[in-house]
Amino acid sequence: MSASAHNPRWLGVYALLVFALLYLPILVLIVYSFNGGGVGGFPPHNFTFSWYRMLLADGAMWESVLNSLMVALAAMAISLLLGIPAALALDRASFPGKAAFRRLVLLPLILPGIITGLSLLMLFVDMGMRLSLLTITLGHGTALISVATTDIFAGLQKLDRAQEEASLDLGANYWQTFWRVTLPNLRLPIIGAALLIFTLSMDEIAVSFFLIGRDNTLPLEIWSRLRRGMTPEINAISTVIFAFSLVAIVLWYRLRARAEGQPELGAELVETAAAGS
Amino acid sequence: MFSRAYKTAVTVPPLLWVTVFLLVPYALLFCYSFWTVSPAQTIVHHWNLGNYRELLQVHVYFQTLLRSTWIAARVMLFALLLGYPLAYYVSFQAGARKNLLYQLVIIPLWVSYLVRAYAWKTILGSDGVLNTLLQYAHLTRHPVEFLLYSPFAVVLTLTHIYTPFAFLPIYASLEHIPRNLVEASHDLGASPIQTFWRVILPLSIPGVLAGATFAFVLSLGDFLAPLLLGGPSGIMISNIVVSLFGAAYNWPLGAAISLCMLLLVVSLLFLSERLEKKWSFS
Repeated sequence: MSASAHNPRWLGVYALLVFALLYLPILVLIVYSFNGGGVGGFPPHNFTFSWYRMLLADGAMWESVLNSLMVALAAMAISLLLGIPAALALDRASFPGKAAFRRLVLLPLILPGIITGLSLLMLFVDMGMRLSLLTITLGHGTALISVATTDIFAGLQKLDRAQEEASLDLGANYWQTFWRVTLPNLRLPIIGAALLIFTLSMDEIAVSFFLIGRDNTLPLEIWSRLRRGMTPEINAISTVIFAFSLVAIVLWYRLRARAEGQPELGAELVETAAAGS
Repeated sequence: MFSRAYKTAVTVPPLLWVTVFLLVPYALLFCYSFWTVSPAQTIVHHWNLGNYRELLQVHVYFQTLLRSTWIAARVMLFALLLGYPLAYYVSFQAGARKNLLYQLVIIPLWVSYLVRAYAWKTILGSDGVLNTLLQYAHLTRHPVEFLLYSPFAVVLTLTHIYTPFAFLPIYASLEHIPRNLVEASHDLGASPIQTFWRVILPLSIPGVLAGATFAFVLSLGDFLAPLLLGGPSGIMISNIVVSLFGAAYNWPLGAAISLCMLLLVVSLLFLSERLEKKWSFS
């Protein structure tokens, strides 16, 4: 007898309602990006592409997209370059303060972004650095080391140590073993972490809010416009971002389908962070 | 199997980086909270407890902290009320659609936080989608004003944002429950409701604790949703910090509030970790 024999129908209905709540705002957003009558007003009327045309001609918006892309790519590089050795260190080395180090790395993920943002602001100001895209990049890169470390550490736990041992026994040095054995085996967690870091950085606002100089990132550009008033152009750019996120998700699942049994993107991260370990 | 040089090479760079860009900044936050601002608007490195005294004496800080806690508590409660049954359904009853449904919960996590908060604003506004829908359906004649710029709007939006965060650890803990335990309970004559209360729920407590902590902590420190949707009655503690770091220019006082928040959050994490250990069966 299986548990699914007891199948109260109301639970299915309830689950459906929760899904509706999760998706309703996104749906509304997309529908009204084509609405000639503006961001509100029911029923939507006058189907139009004019908000997308407006978006296309909006130089400041695209400049902020470009800024965000640069920040996200650089932050991705920083957090991978430090997250990979950090994961290796947590997996294989023992050093004083290891437990504290592990917690400290995860902290930006669990703390409200405002605390990390403010603390970094104090650091940069005291160091005499001018706030710019560089300070935002350093902030994102540092905060997201947590993502890289968690994903890659999980990958290392599943790695067959014997392969590396064989490589070393057969005369390869550590560097060769790392490039030819360790790294290829970690391909999937690294790509997964990279995708997640990229997306999180593109969307990050709480830390960027305090580290912003003259040039806006995309979320901050949207934010500054929201403060002036709402236009369906924001619906349009949001829809475009959503479409790109969907592409990223589909790409990830395609990749993952080739290697079953890998952790779900992001899920493992949330679980690990929640466990606070 | 790994040499000393290897271990040093992988340990030192991340350790240094994290020290400079995380440990030092958090330590600076601590230091600033004991400093002051001079009348000439410069920060004086003169150690004293003035900021903390002000926090205790000026009621608005404590009231706002209380309101933020209350908002975060409601978000946590609703996120659990939405997330738990959903996780239960996906884990136990979704059958072949399990993977698809799981992914459908994850996808909204990929949609920008700001975009989702903005979406709620377009729905709840006085000429927003909901109000015009109500008028269109002749359910009200005038727009319902309390929807936007209220704690209600903040709670709704944050619940929407953090429900998937509550769902994930709960789902993981439900998935880890050996199915033969559930079957044994049925075979021994327990009703489905008894099985739920006596077997499934106790075994999923670690997930519930983790999800609850997430929803509470992340919404406690939020300042964007209140700015966007909260109005004067929806102001939260982080909004005060933002204004102290902006126009009000009192970094030390802002640092003191942030440090209190940090301590609150870290002790909650500690507590929930202890409880999770106590409740985990493995």
